Amino acid sequence: MTKIKTLQEVLACIKDDMSIMIGGFLGTGTPEGIIDGLVDKGVKNLTIIGNDTGFENVGIGKLITNKLVKRVITSHIGTNPETGRQMNSGEIAVELVPQGTLAERIRSAGAGLGGFLTPTGIGTLVEEGKEKIVIGDKEYLLELPLKADIALLKGAKVDVKGNIYYDMAARNFNPLMAMAADLVIVEAEEIVEAGEIDPNHVMTPGIFVDILVKEGK
Amino acid sequence: MDTHQAKEIIAKRVAKEFQNGYVVNLGIGLPTLVANYVPEGIEVILQSENGFVGMGPSAEAGKEIKNLVNAGGTPVSLIPGAAFFDSATSFAIIRGGHVDVTVLGALQVDEKGNLANWMVPGSMVPGMGGAMDLVVGAKKVIVAMNHTARGIKKILKKCDLPLTAKAQVNLIITEMGVIEVINQRLVLKEINPHFTIKEVQASTEAELIIAENLKVMEL
Repeated sequence: MTKIKTLQEVLACIKDDMSIMIGGFLGTGTPEGIIDGLVDKGVKNLTIIGNDTGFENVGIGKLITNKLVKRVITSHIGTNPETGRQMNSGEIAVELVPQGTLAERIRSAGAGLGGFLTPTGIGTLVEEGKEKIVIGDKEYLLELPLKADIALLKGAKVDVKGNIYYDMAARNFNPLMAMAADLVIVEAEEIVEAGEIDPNHVMTPGIFVDILVKEGK
Repeated sequence: MDTHQAKEIIAKRVAKEFQNGYVVNLGIGLPTLVANYVPEGIEVILQSENGFVGMGPSAEAGKEIKNLVNAGGTPVSLIPGAAFFDSATSFAIIRGGHVDVTVLGALQVDEKGNLANWMVPGSMVPGMGGAMDLVVGAKKVIVAMNHTARGIKKILKKCDLPLTAKAQVNLIITEMGVIEVINQRLVLKEINPHFTIKEVQASTEAELIIAENLKVMEL
């Protein structure tokens, strides 16, 4: 059974009110083709989980600019003034999470963990409402796993089994999100036959990936 | 002293804190400039929290490589021996104490070593990005910034902006001097010869202890 689908088939899987994790860091490693498709389709009330909200016309920023998002869980919104504007006007809810905590919450969800203890955020607004646990003589925050209905990833080279090879700094959150969503979709710059990626070079094993779509198709 | 000179003084002085082999994370803005002043014979490994070590200088015009950008999105280069990784590994490096020095800017820093650099309630809320993890996890935290912001003091008895982290700052380097946080006190260790101790204190809300062997900052 092939995992390869068209962009139209991919978009049919993504519905109003869903939670979606999107790989990338300021747009590097973000599946822009699927995002453009979502903008065209006009999906509403999305909850988006991603490192940042990109720029106004780059990456996750496009979803914000087009008002498809009701809530975003992210570490940084500073590069996209539109996110701040919608937050101040009450159109969008923003939950800011330290970047390392965001990565680890996603990893925890995918790894079957009930959460983890981090020193990050102790003594700051981030600790509000969270359980503090002392191990030895050090205080930690209990941070909980974070999963989503859908993960949207970007791979440089993906084989038909879904094995992913990422290019340079485009890897970032993608391998973590691949483990933490009910439905995992990767947009591939290039799709190759099984075996064409050296198994030593596979960065995300294909068993995590449900659907692949060729960039620009 | 104009802003450019001030930045250069700060960046140069920060770079003198580096030792051979240090893993260093430089924040966006002024801290990025530090890379230009690493002393001859000292090799540091720059970590970029978006997923690699071995970051080189900014990419030359026309030589930008897709997917090779720093955490601010600026195209950069690599040095031989660089390595890429995912964000969980990147923050294992950061939180796990594998970064020797992190250099960041600040909105406010206080005598207890508290740092505020991620939001001004009601006006500017960019988010913390990786700063909270960096400040908690790095072995040494250096704040590199202008001593005041258009006359408003930034080195305080107590930060009143939301904190990035509690009691993590080790060293504050400004165009006026070098201040070390020791036992919740600020010790002026070096002074820019263009300023008097009185002037530095007048620009600082927190009380400065003057080091017995106060040195002149090399410019």
